[in-house]
Amino acid sequence: MTTLFTTDHEWLRIEGDIATIGVTDYAQSQLGDVVFVELPKVGRSLKKAEAAAVVESVKAASDVYAPISGEVLEVNDALTAEPALVNSDAAGKAWFFKLKIADKSELGGLMDEAAYKAHTA
Amino acid sequence: MLARQDQSTDRSPLKRTPLHALHVASGGKMVPFAGYDMPVQYPAGVLREHLHTRTAAGLFDVSHMGQIELRPKSGKVEDAALALERLVPQDILAVAPGRQRYAQFTNETGGILDDLMVANFGSHLFLVVNAACKAADEAHLRAHLSDACEIVPLADRALIALQGPKAESALAEFCPDVSTMRFMDAGPHSIGNIDCFVSRSGYTGEDGFEISVPAHQAESLARALLADHDVLPIGLGARDSLRLEAGLCLYGHDIDTSTTPVEGALQWSIQKSRRTGGARAGGFAGADKILAQLDAGAPQRRVGLKPEGRAPVREGAPLFADAASTEQIGAVTSGGFGPSLNAPVAMGYLSSSHATIGSRVFAELRGQRLPLQISPMPFVPNTYKR
Repeated sequence: MTTLFTTDHEWLRIEGDIATIGVTDYAQSQLGDVVFVELPKVGRSLKKAEAAAVVESVKAASDVYAPISGEVLEVNDALTAEPALVNSDAAGKAWFFKLKIADKSELGGLMDEAAYKAHTA
Repeated sequence: MLARQDQSTDRSPLKRTPLHALHVASGGKMVPFAGYDMPVQYPAGVLREHLHTRTAAGLFDVSHMGQIELRPKSGKVEDAALALERLVPQDILAVAPGRQRYAQFTNETGGILDDLMVANFGSHLFLVVNAACKAADEAHLRAHLSDACEIVPLADRALIALQGPKAESALAEFCPDVSTMRFMDAGPHSIGNIDCFVSRSGYTGEDGFEISVPAHQAESLARALLADHDVLPIGLGARDSLRLEAGLCLYGHDIDTSTTPVEGALQWSIQKSRRTGGARAGGFAGADKILAQLDAGAPQRRVGLKPEGRAPVREGAPLFADAASTEQIGAVTSGGFGPSLNAPVAMGYLSSSHATIGSRVFAELRGQRLPLQISPMPFVPNTYKR
């Protein structure tokens, strides 16, 4: 299992041909208190860089983009019920959705943890 | 994903209020606002800051706002009041010494140039205007009132708001007199030996005070108030969600030059004496249009909107009469999440034929139509000490 990161502050946990996607702890700290999350529909086919989910704090709305292309296999309904999970456990319980990876070569452009840390430093 | 957070485009150097160093020392997240470097939130975060203000007390730096004295050349404050009545549809003559009133500067077409507070300090009037409008307001006053008044901007004073149910006890520690003040009382008070102008008013829907303080004493006053464990510093983020729940307008968003006071649902602020048949009817910029709207109604109206779902509906969202209609009937002008309501909340304009409390309209958001109830305001009952 590897974890990769985007410059847009999303994380991807890769297990076989499935990627679990969420937003980083740095992202949640910048967003502030999250009060609403909108997730993609299961079965939707996402293209890389397409707006896939919405996360809203008291003060603003932000898009979560699909870091890679793929079909949505599962979404985290717990997040819809309890958006504050994004603040309390961004890297764990607050995963957003799982994708069936369409093209593994797209993973090549993503950062590892060390590179992401340097990116946000 | 954080791109939409940055709404600033102005690259000119930012001004600082006398409390800037305190904001930075308190961990304030600083953002550009109306040309100033201001705290949008502190480490507690918008949600906690909002709720703390409703349950205890919050301290807000509003020093970016304009403070202007109108000094009558005749020496009679009544003359300053009558002069100011040329620019606002309010009865200023009736504002007794020690009292304050909400007003709007109107233009020739009845639009709103700015909204403001006007206090009668006995010898002169004291005005508080919006930060983004203060230079234009000052020029407007000079252009129209110089015959009757000296226009004196008070650039060397800070303005601190202390809001919430514990505001009175926190302030009374340094100035017991404030306990006898009622909502919209205003006048000079000594707070711990600092000469201040204090009004019992605010922008949160809560009981509270706005305190004008000499710039060089602002930080020591703020620190003294913040030493009370009931008082937390509050940023612009919570200031916005608090005023939204209170149904209060944000100039440039909910009211501007394209909306009249009647369209903005501010007709309550226009006294009988300035209306058709009143003792001093009309005589202000845009009176023809505003008086006609007071008599016969306006084509559009500001209303409260409660989204039925959980998704916040924000500024700019178009409004429709039903889920399929292609004819836009209005738009959201302010919207977000109301922490005290634990629900999304908004306000906006609707054509008057659709602006009926209790009926349902639809906002378009990310390609979907979401239902909203037209609701009375304030959304959260105010707690002013009348």
